[in-house]
Amino acid sequence: MKAFRYHRPANVAEAVAVLAAEPQAAYLGGGTNLVDLMKLGVQRPDVLVDVTRLPLDTVEELPDGGLRIGATVRNSDLAAHPVVRRAYPVLARALLAAASGQLRNMATTGGNLLQRTRCVYFQDTGKACNKREPGSGCAALHGQNRDLAVLDWSEQCVATHPSDLAVALAALDTVVEVHEADGPRDIPIAEFYRSPGTHPERETTVARGALITAVRLPPLPAARRSTYLKVRDRASFAFAAGSVAAVLDLDGDVVRDVRLAYGAVAHRPWRAYRAEEALRGRPFSPELAARAADAELAEARPLRHNGFKLPLTRAITVRALTELASS
Amino acid sequence: MQGGPENTTTIDERHSSRVTFEVNGASREVTLDNRTTVLDALREHLDLTGAKKGCDHGQCGSCTVLLDGRRVKSCLIFAVTVDGRSVVTVEGLAGPDELSPLQAAFIAHDAFQCGYCTPGQLCSARGMLDEVSQGWPSAVTDDLNTSAELTDAEIRERMAGNLCRCAAYPHIVAAVRETAASS
Repeated sequence: MKAFRYHRPANVAEAVAVLAAEPQAAYLGGGTNLVDLMKLGVQRPDVLVDVTRLPLDTVEELPDGGLRIGATVRNSDLAAHPVVRRAYPVLARALLAAASGQLRNMATTGGNLLQRTRCVYFQDTGKACNKREPGSGCAALHGQNRDLAVLDWSEQCVATHPSDLAVALAALDTVVEVHEADGPRDIPIAEFYRSPGTHPERETTVARGALITAVRLPPLPAARRSTYLKVRDRASFAFAAGSVAAVLDLDGDVVRDVRLAYGAVAHRPWRAYRAEEALRGRPFSPELAARAADAELAEARPLRHNGFKLPLTRAITVRALTELASS
Repeated sequence: MQGGPENTTTIDERHSSRVTFEVNGASREVTLDNRTTVLDALREHLDLTGAKKGCDHGQCGSCTVLLDGRRVKSCLIFAVTVDGRSVVTVEGLAGPDELSPLQAAFIAHDAFQCGYCTPGQLCSARGMLDEVSQGWPSAVTDDLNTSAELTDAEIRERMAGNLCRCAAYPHIVAAVRETAASS
């Protein structure tokens, strides 16, 4: 591991200033991903700016009925928060489906959103990877790509975003609050993540050095009927083979509103707008849910080893919505 | 992967830090290369070899300790970041000549074979039982708005961050169940 300097900033402005002045500096949150990648030689910062002691660790109920979650709130605290459990179960379920008890005690809200792909070629410095080393190629495209993308990938990158939390936040139309060198800015989560395109090394639309300070959930009474369904290769402590965040609002049996987002299918948490459109205003049935998933996945381009993700994503869409409809 | 010329870089003051933190109730002060994890600080600098290095990547759980009372993986935390904080290792779960109820239950239920994962299992279970007593839900909790009863399924899910290659899992579950029931 490369030697690094350690800096503990007194406030957000100082943290952002250090990143602006130091081209190889990185923020350190819970460390569950960054420290691992430093051990692997994938990330090689020469300064770590420890943001975990900044006053960003509170969950605040907003006057409009929404919720502001500080960037350093630990995943375990957020999952256990009474308002999250009651008003946004999809969020609590997504957090609880991720990692392990120890890691949830460490991982932060902001860091979770910025974690890197678990593509094994990205994590192996002996392999070509455009995300790690722009221009070096993509060993995954024709390699072992079972865990990788089926939607919106490019010849340059077929990685998936690993976060469960981000999938739930995408379904909830969350706003990401960031602090950049020229001040604070709000970004809807739908505009926060990038498609890989020709620059897979750029994963978000914010400039390098931007610090996530909070995420803001809008009020969404329908989210009381919501869930997160995740399928893994083992019962626990594994990344998703497929996942769905779902919010369902029924008027009788007619779908008044629905929010769907998929994990493990693309370079970003995948908001399923087409599926939502296929469901909204129609009487709910499992068959309708299946057709809605098919509409979303119509443009999927599975790779050699991951065609199973299409029927899997379809099946968990049906199961999640059917469970919500009967709850 | 972790070798190479970088590791022979001369460490100057810019890349090291004086760290003061509490370990098992006693204040300790050490000067460490910033790259030193809590796990390596404990094992290589403080002669506390209870916490074990298994995978060193946060996957196996054998390095689990309690940080300010919460279970964490000490292999993924740089020691410089815990300045002023409190760490409890397996050596601190009970006095030198006694066993905590959890340790006694592990022995009574034969909850290990080789024993390498056991310090991590014990610290993890200690932290997990505290999480349960605070009413934290898990992925297998049906109703998020009530406190979960600690069924075997709950124990297994909540202990998923600790691997045991001897597969003593049924006995670990029994030991944790008994400890929870009697506390």
